[in-house]
Parts: sequence; structure tokens; C-alpha cells
Amino acid sequence: MKISLIMFLVFIAVTLAITYWASRRSAGSSAYFAASRQITGWQNGIAVAGDYMSAASFLGIAGIIAFQGYDGFLFSVGWLVAYLTVLLVIAEPLRNAGKYTMADVLAYRLKPRPVRAMASLSTLTVSTFYMIAQMVGAGTLVKLLLGGYVTYNQAVIGVGILMIVYVVFGGMLATTWVQIIKAILLMAGTIMLSILVMAHFHFSFGQFFGAVGHVTYHDAKGAVVVQDFLQPGLRYKPPYGPLELISLGMALIFGTAGLPHILVRFYTVPDAKTARHSVVWAMVLIGSFYIMTTFLGFGAATIVGPDFIKGHGGTNMSAPLLAQALAGNVFFAFISSIAFATILAVVAGLTISATTSFSHDFWTNVIHNGVERKSGEEVLVARISAFVVGGVSIALAIKLQTANVAFLVALAFAVAASANLPVIVLSIFWRRFNTAGAVAGLAVGLLASIGLILVSPSLMGIDPPTVTGAARHLIQAKAWFPLENPGILSIPLGFLGAIIGTLISSEPTSQEKFNELLVRSNTGLGAEKATAH
Amino acid sequence: MANTAQNLEIVKPGQEPAQSQSVWDRIAASREFQDLIAIKKTFIVPAFIFFLVYYFALPVLVGYAPKFMAMKVIGQVNLAYLFALSQFFVAWIIAALYVKAANNFDRLAKDILDKTGKGDK
Repeated sequence: MKISLIMFLVFIAVTLAITYWASRRSAGSSAYFAASRQITGWQNGIAVAGDYMSAASFLGIAGIIAFQGYDGFLFSVGWLVAYLTVLLVIAEPLRNAGKYTMADVLAYRLKPRPVRAMASLSTLTVSTFYMIAQMVGAGTLVKLLLGGYVTYNQAVIGVGILMIVYVVFGGMLATTWVQIIKAILLMAGTIMLSILVMAHFHFSFGQFFGAVGHVTYHDAKGAVVVQDFLQPGLRYKPPYGPLELISLGMALIFGTAGLPHILVRFYTVPDAKTARHSVVWAMVLIGSFYIMTTFLGFGAATIVGPDFIKGHGGTNMSAPLLAQALAGNVFFAFISSIAFATILAVVAGLTISATTSFSHDFWTNVIHNGVERKSGEEVLVARISAFVVGGVSIALAIKLQTANVAFLVALAFAVAASANLPVIVLSIFWRRFNTAGAVAGLAVGLLASIGLILVSPSLMGIDPPTVTGAARHLIQAKAWFPLENPGILSIPLGFLGAIIGTLISSEPTSQEKFNELLVRSNTGLGAEKATAH
Repeated sequence: MANTAQNLEIVKPGQEPAQSQSVWDRIAASREFQDLIAIKKTFIVPAFIFFLVYYFALPVLVGYAPKFMAMKVIGQVNLAYLFALSQFFVAWIIAALYVKAANNFDRLAKDILDKTGKGDK
């Protein structure tokens, strides 16, 4: 356990050194919010991959596969394929047309104040929900990984303070490099674990999949079960399982391209071509990583076993426990510190996207009509809001320690897919689209996602009195909506809201400016350029 | 990348809205630009539709035909796993094809900008 602590401290020291280095290169809006647009294609690709491969993927998906086999692997597939939407539809137009946030693209030809206000609200909603889920996970995990050295509250406060320091002092540049280092560590750890798993099976896929076909564990009633873990249906059972799978797929495919903390990364590169190459780099890394979840998840199921994992911290501990079983305590400490690095890097990325949107969209453009009254004000406001966002997240994470917050990630993806993506796509591709449509699309998408999750089985359900704590549903009544992922309904509603809003109003200026957006997003004419340090 | 940046330098959209407006409209109306959009569409639309169909076939088949998908193909490995695995390679192939096609888009866009730049001066 002591080794974990030392590795954690080494990682913190390295990231603080990066933050110090970056702090001297973060003066001015373009430097602070977009790392002067000088991040290269491969660097940004690794950072995008890092933002995406959160602790929820590394620990969560390995855990779901270790307990529910093949159905967990379906998550892995969707997480990669979703990047085709980013590559084919979003990345290049966004880079060409915008400056710091996704709202820039909307404000290009629509009335800036209403669309920025709504887009900022949607961005803050996605980032905050995603962050609280990460922070609560972080607290539990760090406490578990550092067994005995820190309490839950200390872990949450520590993670929160570090993330504030990265963002306030190092801006986008520090956040990007913390993310790059973490992603490289995560890939290294995953590759090492995969090789060790295959070594355990004498590098024979036949033996490996043979073992996956006969995973033995005890079910809830204590009976011994031998289960083929490659068989579909262990998690998604009828009647609603298939619909749930489709709805989850929709949230991933349309939501990834609407996640603010992913979108802001495309502003850190010099041009659209580099943005495109960075998506390809990200896809190579993300794809390789999620294919390897096969070895992590099934390895944990076969080598460690669901019974043992259940008794030693639960599903999220599958990957670290697998490391311990295969190569002892030092490797356990290494994998644990990678998980810790992952959490830190992802919450920092979320914080900077939230503060950028608040400062650039809301403060400068909504409140002050697009005029920065004093040079440096935008960055100052972002720094102050990083303290607020960090403080609020710490407080909420402490408050929600015992709550089950996994649904917040589903909610973040649903809002991104139902509110953000429809309006970005329509604003780039539909000449007729206008302000009323954007505001309606964002509002309907946001409300539909939140509303449907509130009445979903994530929050509603009837538990017997014996169920207490996090497992107990917040609202004790039968769920009104049968799916945990609202995407299948909320995404069409978001599009519908945007289309109806557009059709019932008329805005000639938005149509007149469409040519400008079309030419700019397709040729890069007039796009924001890289700045010298 | 340096090349593209240089090309942008040549053009410099006018500061006054009225002047830049005309540049945008002129480019948008030009045959070269219309061609660029048409060529982009002929790649992106089919590629996007193909990947949506191929991807959503996975949850639909796994969800509604689990017995069929559980059919063993090589040893213990079943159709469901192989189809899921194939998604990764299909996604990579589409991405690679897009990058190849996009080099052509870049070339066409560069031509348009070069021409406009000269026309402006």
C-alpha cells in the first residue's frame, strides 16, 4: 500500500511541474483557453483519447465485463465507433468556424445572446453532472486504493484542489499535457495487463476463450453457476434489454460529438486538417484500448473471479485486483496510480470546458455583449469560475458520498446527444435554421433528457425495506419510463424541437450569413489561427 | 499545415462586413465551391449511413436474436463477439478512407482559396 502512495505523489509532483511550466505560457485568451492553438495532431489525439478514457472506462467497463461478460464489451464498441461522428461531421467545421466553445459555431449566424446563454447552460449541465460522477467515484476509489491513508472526504478535497490548481494556473496547456501523460500511462498499463493475461493462458487464444466460456461463480442465492461469458444477454435482458442497448448506442454515437470537454480540444490545434488527424490518432488509441478491455474484463472474470472481486471492493476494483493477482503489489500500485491519474486528468478537462463556456459564452458574450472590457478579463473570470466549479463539485461529491451517481454519466451523454448535437449539426448544414430553432432544440433536448432520467429506473423503483443506502431508489414508485438511457426518445425530441422552432419563426439574417459559415467551415477561410507564445 | 496557413494569409477576408460578405457569397456561388461540397457529400453521406447501419445492426441483432448471435464460430468464440470485434476494424477502415478522401478535399479547397486570393487583388 505504501508503494501506491509514493506513486500517487510522484504523479502529483510531475503534473505540478507541468502546471508551473504551462503557467508561464498561458497569458491571454487564446493561450489560456486553447493552448495558443499549437498542440500538434498526435498530441491532441492522445489528449482527446485521454479525456474519453476516464476511470469509468478503465475501471468501470473492465468491471462490467468481469461481471456481465459480453454485454459489457458492447459499451467498448460504442465508445470507439462514436468517433466516426466526430470525424465525419463535427471536428473540421467546428475548428474552422469557432474560437473557444461549441457556442461559437451557433453564434456565428444566429443571435449570439440567446443561443450562447442556452448553450452555456447545456455545457455547464453536462460538465457538472459528469464531474460529480467522477468526483464521487474518485473519493471512493482513492480511499480504496490508498487503503487506510485517506478518508473519502480527504480524497475528494485533494482531487478537487489539484484540479483547481491545474486549471487556474496552467489553463488548457497544462490540462492537455496532464491528459497526454495520463493517456500514455493508461495505454502502457493496459498493454502490460493484457500481455500478462495472455501469458497466464500461455499466449493461446484457444485457452483464453475456453476459460471465458466457463466462468464459475456463486449467484445471489449462493448456488454455483458456470456461465459462458461470451454469451449475450447477461446484462440486457428482455423485455426492455434490446431497446436499452439501442438507446445506449444512440447516446454514445450522437453524444460523444456533443461533449463540451471533447469539442474544446479541437480548438487547441492550428487548423482543421490537424483536427482531423487528431481524431484519427484518438481513434487508434481508443480502439486499441477498448479491444484490450477484452483481456482486462475477461481476464478478471477468469483469473480473479467475480466472487473474489465482490469481496474485495466490488466491480470497480476488477482491473487493479487482476494486476495484483498477475504480478503482485507493485503492479497493483502502478495500476492504481494510473486510475488515480485518470480521474485527475478527466476532472481537470471537465473543469476547463465548464469555465471556458462560463467565461467566454456567458460572461463576455451574454452579459457584456461580446466586448472584453479590460484585456485579460475573460481569463480572469475563467480562473475565478474554476474555483467556484471546483468548490461546488467538492461540496456536492461530499454530500452525495452514499448516493448511486452512475446515472449522471448517462445523463451527461443524453444531454450532449439530445441538446448539443442536433443544434450544432443543423447550424452547420441547414440554411433555414435560426435562433428560435437553436434555443428550442437546446431547451427541449435538455429538459427531455433530465425529465426522462428522473422518471427512469435509475431513480424510480420499489425496493424492499432491506435495501438501504446507495442501492435504494431515490423515488419509491414504479418507473414511468422503462429505460435507463433516454436517448432513443430524447434525441429525436431534441431534433424535433430544433426543427419546429425554426419552422415557426423567420430570421433572414441567419440565412444570409449561411454562405459565410458554409464557406468558412469547408475551406478554413478566416478560421482562427495559431498564435505565437 | 504550414501551407494551409500561408494560403489563409493570402486571402485575408475584409474587415468591413459588406466587403467580406461579397467574398463569401462569391465563393459560395462559384462552380469550384459547389463541386467541393458535392464531392464531400458523395463521400460523407454514404460513409455516415453505412456506419450507422453497420453499428446499429449490433445492438439490434444481439438484442433481438441472441440465440443466433451466440452461435459458436471458432472454438468458444461466437458470432456476437466476432461481430463486435469487426466494428473496431470497420471504424478504422472508414476513418482511413475518409482521411484519404479528405486530402482531395483539402486540395480543392486550396485551389478555391488561391483563386479567390488572386481575384481579390
